[in-house]
Amino acid sequence: MSKIGVLSLQGGVEEHLELLSQIEGVEPLAVKKKDDILKVDGLILPGGESTTIGKLLDIFDLKDTIVSRANAGIPLWGTCAGMILLAKEIDGEKSHLNLMDIKVRRNGYGNQLDSFKREVSIPKVSNKAIPLVFIRAPFVEEVGPSTEILLKLDGKIVGVEEENLLATSFHPELENDLSFHKYFVNKVKKSSYSNLKIAK
Amino acid sequence: MTDSRYDLNKNLAQMLKGGVIMDVTTPEEAKIAEEAGAVAVMALERVPADIRKQGGVARASDPSMIKGIIDAVSIPVMAKARIGHFVEAQVLEALGVDYIDESEVLTPADEDNHIDKTLFDVPFVCGATNLGEALRRIGEGASMIRTKGEAGTGNVVEAVRHMRTMNSQMRRLTTMDSHELMAAAKEIRAPFDLVKFVAENGKLPVVNFAAGGVATPADAALMMQLGCDGVFVGSGIFKSGDPAKRARAIVKATAHYDDPKVIAEVSENIGEAMVGINISTLPEEEKLAKRGW
Repeated sequence: MSKIGVLSLQGGVEEHLELLSQIEGVEPLAVKKKDDILKVDGLILPGGESTTIGKLLDIFDLKDTIVSRANAGIPLWGTCAGMILLAKEIDGEKSHLNLMDIKVRRNGYGNQLDSFKREVSIPKVSNKAIPLVFIRAPFVEEVGPSTEILLKLDGKIVGVEEENLLATSFHPELENDLSFHKYFVNKVKKSSYSNLKIAK
Repeated sequence: MTDSRYDLNKNLAQMLKGGVIMDVTTPEEAKIAEEAGAVAVMALERVPADIRKQGGVARASDPSMIKGIIDAVSIPVMAKARIGHFVEAQVLEALGVDYIDESEVLTPADEDNHIDKTLFDVPFVCGATNLGEALRRIGEGASMIRTKGEAGTGNVVEAVRHMRTMNSQMRRLTTMDSHELMAAAKEIRAPFDLVKFVAENGKLPVVNFAAGGVATPADAALMMQLGCDGVFVGSGIFKSGDPAKRARAIVKATAHYDDPKVIAEVSENIGEAMVGINISTLPEEEKLAKRGW
């Protein structure tokens, strides 16, 4: 059983928990306390308002815990606001967790009238097209040398992976397609297996 | 509005869950709200407490003031239109606000009809005192619902009543057999397909926030424990002794609404709450929840 946490300070938490609960071998957990974060094998930073979640991470002193878990190798996946939290650089403002070698632009597409949905196939994740929902979404402006680009849409980078870190501008949790969540669950399973080997 | 646009609008409300949306009247207040961790701000010319005090016709705000607030913050900006005033709503859509509140806090422009919100691309939030009213607004195209507590009173009693009413009406629907649903729809005067959705899912098809009379961190947590997805705070913040501190405290209490220790901690020394009004002393014609149907 892999314990996968969803940071539940603010935002679209239930949606992630609901999709995770449909995948075999996963115990989904809403986490907002240090002790809970220490228990999980993988952590999802959900969509929401990145300024709000960032402030709550500071106020409740959770940043160091998440960063140390990430450095210990547990997989982290940021969707939308979560991508902004992971980035080392944010256009025009201070970074939050400072983990992933990407530069992001908040509200990259504009206001709510510019939110959109698209069906796209991402070869590394799934053979078929996946519905992707962009809500006041950020995009990636620059990536570091070790960051892999999973998806570019209309010339903008919207999906990236860097070792144990995964970030998407869009929200797979707002649709019923499990492909992206399964991809992350596999990442968690592989990493806990290799951690187990190291421990032995 | 296309179906997919409506879904995107419901999705934006989902991203606001667990958050606090604050009434602001200037770009400076908007920045204080953002700094305190608000998930969105509601731009309006006067907070409800002042509208009550000063009286007169309350209308949508000056576009220049709304633009100033849009420029000042990076979080979503909402603004209010009068009930039934679809041209005020058109203006707000043209200004690029992220959400429109068709609000009883402003003086209604139409005493019979609400706005046909399906004609717009921009999302709408509407108030409701019970399940039938919530489903009628959703039927008209609202992609988010809030309680219709008495704004500007600092008294949470009406918001609690509305949430409890909606919860018990929803629970009742889930216990009915399918033959009973049309009669239930007739009784609460709501569209049948939405009644059926609630009976099958036990919840509204859109996000439901608390609004009206929330003044303290404990008020916010109370509404969350009653099942609200998030909280609007109007006069409660900028009519209090120390707005920045109170705003932060309400944000924290909303995030940890189920942890009394955190609520106790954040409630310490946050200055004076706004002066409240007892609803029972309000003349019937001054009750905002009576506006709209």
